[in-house]
Amino acid sequence: MAAGHTIDALGQFELHSVLGPVGASVGFSESTFMMVVSSALTLILLGVGMSAKAVVPGRLQALAEMLYDFVYKMCIEQIGEEGKKFFPFIFTLFMFILLGNLLGLLPFSFTYTSHIAVTFSLAALVIVLVTAVALAIHGWHFFSYFFPAGAPIALSPLIVTVEIISYLSRPVSLSIRLFANMVAGHVMFEVFASFIVMMAGAGVVGYLGGIGPLALNVILMGFELLVACLQAYVFAVLTCIYLHDAVHLH
Amino acid sequence: MRSLAALTGLGTVLLTSSAFAEEAKKGMPQLDFHNPLTISQIVWLAIIFTALYVLLSKWALPQVESVLAHRKQAIDGDLDAARGAKQAADGAIAELTEATKDAQAIARTEIASAVAGAKEAADAQAATLNAKLEAQLAAAETQIEAARASAVGALRQVASEATTVVVARLTGIHADAAAVDAAVGSVLAARAA
Repeated sequence: MAAGHTIDALGQFELHSVLGPVGASVGFSESTFMMVVSSALTLILLGVGMSAKAVVPGRLQALAEMLYDFVYKMCIEQIGEEGKKFFPFIFTLFMFILLGNLLGLLPFSFTYTSHIAVTFSLAALVIVLVTAVALAIHGWHFFSYFFPAGAPIALSPLIVTVEIISYLSRPVSLSIRLFANMVAGHVMFEVFASFIVMMAGAGVVGYLGGIGPLALNVILMGFELLVACLQAYVFAVLTCIYLHDAVHLH
Repeated sequence: MRSLAALTGLGTVLLTSSAFAEEAKKGMPQLDFHNPLTISQIVWLAIIFTALYVLLSKWALPQVESVLAHRKQAIDGDLDAARGAKQAADGAIAELTEATKDAQAIARTEIASAVAGAKEAADAQAATLNAKLEAQLAAAETQIEAARASAVGALRQVASEATTVVVARLTGIHADAAAVDAAVGSVLAARAA
């Protein structure tokens, strides 16, 4: 009976323009819309949460302060004292990815972090920033990063090649990690959800059989919530580690 | 992470199955770079991310920072005040202990001197009383001695008279007074000896 059905697992990632002809003319898609929503939510959280300026914080203020503290500690621990300068950038990056991942889990929503164009742009931004910081602080000395002190000169062609490749692979791994995690999770959701619908087509037995994939999807949602937070953390913490390398050169 | 890899693997297997024939033809929408919306995302991302960064770094984050700094200041101030109060309390306690010790020492010396004074007064009183009693005793002894002497003198006369009467009654002879007195005197002397 399932012959007529196909599972459209990737259709959820298709982009369509929103906001009518105006949106279409400026290429404003669901993805872009969700970026605006998550940015607005970040600003609202901080703006409304901190409006009380209470010494003893309320719930919203405590949430805002916890996020601030979490990212701030991460910056200081990973980068060192210089991390203060990069804190607003890391915070922006973390909140942008975190809310992108989390909002994407809502039904009828769109996950902009499931688009390689977005994740690679972010990763490229990170790597350009890291390289710019390293060049600004160390000048030409930065290139010694590709050849560790004390290594035999004879091996230099090999070592430098490997180091340069590993440096350039950073944005690739950074972007594909986030992209692949998000895509995999959402594909699994779609597949199991399609199973439920197909099962339901088989009558009473199907209704009972549909409980299996439904339960799996419930478990998967808990898992995806973890992945959403974890991947935002991983992206931010790796950016911090790269910045540490840029500031301290090893 | 390992379970994630497993999930991705399962997803790949599913995607290559017949149910996804349609997908295989179309490919991933994320890699469809002919769609202008895919590229326009990057432009919008740049605009939105920059705007978010500027708003966060200039407006939102300084607020959090000021609140956190204010709280830290308030807590530090309170701690300082508490530390000061504790120091004052410690000083007061030390003062109190010192004063108590002093007062105890003063009280002890006063008690000792009072006891000593009372004892001295009692001794003096006892001494005068003793002296008085001694004097009375001596006077009484003198009186007794005198009384005894007079009594012993009277006894000789009574004995002489009684001897005279007894002799007269028994013999009818009126005894010589001098002889009787001598005899009585010798007997008395023998008794007294």
